[in-house]
Amino acid sequence: MENSVAMPVTQPANFEFLVREEEHVANGTLLGFWLYLMSDCLIFAALFATYGVLSQSYAGGPTGADLFDLPLVALNTSFLLVSSITYGFAMLQMQQGKLSGTMLWLAITGVLGVGFLGLELYEFYHLIQQGAGPQTSGFLSAFFALVGTHGLHVVFGILWLVTLMVQLRMYGLTGANRRRLFCLSMFWHFLDVVWIGVFTIVYLMGSMS
Amino acid sequence: MSIHRTLRKIFFTATIALLSGCETVVMSPSGDIAAQQANLLVWATGLMLIIVVPVIFFILLFAWRYRAGNKEAVYEPDWDHSTSLELLIWAAPLAIVIALGALTWVGTHQLDPYRPLDRIAENRPVPEGVETLVVEVVAMDWKWLFFYPEYGIAVVNQLAAPVDRPIQFKITSTTMMNSFFIPALAGQIYAMGGMETQLHAVINEAGSYDGFSANYSGEGFNGMRFKFLGMPEDDFEQWVAKVKADGEVLSRSAYKALAKPSQYNPVQYYNAVEPELYESILNRCVEPGTPCMKDWMSPHEGNHNEPASASTQSEAGHDH
Amino acid sequence: MTEQFDLGKLVFGRLSWDAIPLHDPILIATFAMVVLGGGTLVAALSYYKVWGYLWREWITSIDHKRIGVMYMILGFVMLMRGFSDAILMRVHQAFAFGDSAGFLPPDHYDQIFTAHGVIMIFFVAMPFVVGLMNYIVPLQIGARDVAFPFLNNLSFWMTAAGAGLVMVSLFVGKFAKTGWLAYPPLSGILQSPGVGVDYYIWALQIAGVGTLLSGINLVVTIVKMRAPGMNMMRMPVFVWTSLCANILIVAAFPVLTAVMGMLTLDRYLGMNFFTNDLGGNAMMYVNLIWIWGHPEVYILILPLFGVFSEIVATYSRKRLFGYSSMIYATVVITVLAYMVWLHHFFTMGAGATVNSFFGIATMIISIPTGAKLFNWLFTMYRGRIHFDVPMLWTIGFMITFIIGGMTGVLLAVPPVDFVLHNSLFLIAHFHNVIIGGVVFGTFAAVTYWYPKVTGYRLDPFWGKASFWCWFIGFYLAFMPLYLLGFMGVTRRMSRFDDPSLQIWFQIALGGALLVALGILCFIIQLYVSYKKRDSLRDETGDPWHGRTLEWSTSSPPPQYNFAFTPRVYDIDAWWHMKANGFVRPTDGFMPIHMPKNTAAGIVLAGISAVFGFAMIWHMWLIAGLTFVALLIAIIIHTFNYNREYYIPVEEVEKAEAKFAAKQNEVLV
Repeated sequence: MENSVAMPVTQPANFEFLVREEEHVANGTLLGFWLYLMSDCLIFAALFATYGVLSQSYAGGPTGADLFDLPLVALNTSFLLVSSITYGFAMLQMQQGKLSGTMLWLAITGVLGVGFLGLELYEFYHLIQQGAGPQTSGFLSAFFALVGTHGLHVVFGILWLVTLMVQLRMYGLTGANRRRLFCLSMFWHFLDVVWIGVFTIVYLMGSMS
Repeated sequence: MSIHRTLRKIFFTATIALLSGCETVVMSPSGDIAAQQANLLVWATGLMLIIVVPVIFFILLFAWRYRAGNKEAVYEPDWDHSTSLELLIWAAPLAIVIALGALTWVGTHQLDPYRPLDRIAENRPVPEGVETLVVEVVAMDWKWLFFYPEYGIAVVNQLAAPVDRPIQFKITSTTMMNSFFIPALAGQIYAMGGMETQLHAVINEAGSYDGFSANYSGEGFNGMRFKFLGMPEDDFEQWVAKVKADGEVLSRSAYKALAKPSQYNPVQYYNAVEPELYESILNRCVEPGTPCMKDWMSPHEGNHNEPASASTQSEAGHDH
Repeated sequence: MTEQFDLGKLVFGRLSWDAIPLHDPILIATFAMVVLGGGTLVAALSYYKVWGYLWREWITSIDHKRIGVMYMILGFVMLMRGFSDAILMRVHQAFAFGDSAGFLPPDHYDQIFTAHGVIMIFFVAMPFVVGLMNYIVPLQIGARDVAFPFLNNLSFWMTAAGAGLVMVSLFVGKFAKTGWLAYPPLSGILQSPGVGVDYYIWALQIAGVGTLLSGINLVVTIVKMRAPGMNMMRMPVFVWTSLCANILIVAAFPVLTAVMGMLTLDRYLGMNFFTNDLGGNAMMYVNLIWIWGHPEVYILILPLFGVFSEIVATYSRKRLFGYSSMIYATVVITVLAYMVWLHHFFTMGAGATVNSFFGIATMIISIPTGAKLFNWLFTMYRGRIHFDVPMLWTIGFMITFIIGGMTGVLLAVPPVDFVLHNSLFLIAHFHNVIIGGVVFGTFAAVTYWYPKVTGYRLDPFWGKASFWCWFIGFYLAFMPLYLLGFMGVTRRMSRFDDPSLQIWFQIALGGALLVALGILCFIIQLYVSYKKRDSLRDETGDPWHGRTLEWSTSSPPPQYNFAFTPRVYDIDAWWHMKANGFVRPTDGFMPIHMPKNTAAGIVLAGISAVFGFAMIWHMWLIAGLTFVALLIAIIIHTFNYNREYYIPVEEVEKAEAKFAAKQNEVLV
């Protein structure tokens, strides 16, 4: 065994090297979920980039101006934006420890989300009926993928919301459930922000083509 | 002891192997563009060896000198910082990279495949009145089809060009992404469906050179090879005459038969070409009734990202 | 619809008995070996009644140490498969000249080179790197586990499920024949209508979920769970490089998910993202896939850079030179990794200005990389270097990587790339950096940390044998390829006409066989070390006079890692503790809060694998059912709130008692 290391003797060796008390390790759930959300954001970024590249690739088929029903989309958008507000109310109720208030606003959020999805499905159905389905052109493939992926996220959000409502009913506003509500909150608002991007870049700008 | 010697042996063997690279097609090409590229390669390698050789030397030296058994060497276990050394460590590679970067910027613009030639060899600018030979290249499954619009001929799996005359290749593909590459002549460029890339080059020495696809494109990839014949101007005229004499007609139906997947196609000559055949291949409307991609663009779209039109592709983002 | 409703079609899709390659003798022989070997293993496990042990202690374990070891085992098993592919290719190419078409028809050869690349990157290199980070990072930061232990288990099994799908493609159907990145239009439904590309897509998507979750897990672990006093600039370099690699994972893998998703939509629903017609653009795929692909190679190498930093310092018995500059270099590399992707396709015609930008950006990365190399060099300077096996691997890495880096910068000059792109020069370059960096680094890391994991060191003789075989074998195998690149030979060829090339392929084969010998030496080393483990035993937990916290634990560490969380005052925390009179306590223990095991990981991964298989074979009914099952399983899992327990004090006391005595003996 070698002993060629010079010992740095500048202070007395009275370092407290160990934590001897009961310790509380920080909970990383919110940071972790936020990181997941950022990764999700990148999926959308890739879809946005693809949409950007293919946005004029009509292949002789219909363009955004031909297809987009802006009033319908405006209604859609308002459902989603309002649902973010109602989720916010749910969080306020949660912070005041009011379970029934939380459940009520969650339910309203869910209904608005379902409304959003319903209108979106109607829009897709209508487009496909017109012969403007995703197979028609690069533009439409990119459109359906971007808007559809967002819609799929809303579906999962609603499933999560329902599950969480059941869990709240069963266990109440426990620490774990509050964390879950925070995570779903981040998720829901994130979907809102992405939708604003979609609405602007796809629908508004697309309608001007 | 053994580590040091063995590593030295390996280093020398590697150097010898590397030097034998001098006789290879990349390092001793026959076209001016490829020659300039090889030159750039040598300069870039040289610049880097300035750092690499001393570093490898020092790795071996330090490993040897500071081995635990050598008690005479200085031992400073806590020495872990030196500002001047750090400056050197960051500055020296930075200097090399600046030099390399300048070389890269200039060289890349100079050797842009889209850029028409301004010289046919070192100290030999393009002479007055020399017309560029235009060749339209189509990568098919799994063969190459070359059109000579000036002469109205087409050839499968054989390419010829006169020595010292600038060539402009316009390249597309029927299906898969391929890469048009004649190492002795110039660098490669991808051949893609519905899009046109370009390559400007010149052959300086007569000879028969290998050409092939450098991007894997499926089952018949191995057979996507052809010979590129550089020849004096008169021989080239004779070659054109030979194609015209021996060739068949490349009608639309003959083309469609050709377009069926096949491998290891023998050389085939065509002395007449269906008008606008290359245009329709590029715009993906060979089949009558199919809309041509260039017709999809509505008047207000001058979007250079649109892959359809042959002419815009060459201008999009390329500096001349 | 005039057809009758076909239940068979709905259930079995396009799966039929034809999918089994009965006509291929190589595959039949492989299958026989797998059945024989696997069957023997299963029989042995049943005979010794270890299934319960395996289930409790390994399969459902959320212990980062167990999961780390499982990743390493997965990586090694897949290395055998990926390396077999390599040997097959080398043998074939050494003989496929002139009249001889070689023993592998193009259909088979093309699957082999595709599988080789996919397996080596996704199922060998990634598991090795993730496994190392998993095992070591919590120990080095003084934590008891990662931030999300359940997700960690899930991540492993999802990766294993992806690997499983690739292995299944050997015997049921075919694998992709597109190259490891599957460019369209070749990988589109028109040109590759078979199951091969679908196997590729689903294996990657499933494994990708695992990798992404693992990335998030480790970032949160490093950010949130460091021991008190360990601020960012006191973290071990390996932890820094792991942090950066995991940030890259979170930033890059979603792009892979998106682009594979779009390829899936093209293939399954006839969309037009990457088709030649109807407005698709194959160049978009190339861009997206490399936006993922370039950070991916930095994900692979950065942790190994961290490993080398640890090893050079330890075996030079000296502090790492330039700690801060190492960190800055790592961060700069991480950021720049995201800005160079176009150098993989200079030849796609982006124009001179764009090409120059990306070429110069690529060269700029070599500056911080070079700085790291210099820092290792100056760590050796005026140190006392012990040439234990890990140090041999490190020196081998330094020399090899600098050559590989040089050829990389060469390729970063666009006009030079125009003549070398897709040639064997390119192949030689990336194998140079990946083998020199990732593989050598993994062997170094495994040898270095083996005593910590198992309690005994690896036999040095066989380790040195393995190293020399690999080192010499690597140069013999790949230097000829550089030359062949200069001779204009392109990649992915299974037949050659020019006989003058053959000698170089034969030398390369010799090199590959030497590497095979190196792998054999490693396997022998594992066996011999196990037999001699008592004489190689690590009693003190610190066999190499280490500097970082993992060496303060016993070998192997107890389940909970640290009975008391350490407090940190300096870089090289353990070295500081040793130099300042640390004494290990023998009493005062408390019950320790730990997460419970879970079966959810393997269950979810298993369902995902079946889902993937069903999607590949168009077995829509099963795909639908498994997808729903997946959702239900996840929802059920979220109802499990009871995921933790306490290790009782008596257990902690028992584990600590023996080791504390041993360690205190040495510390005095």
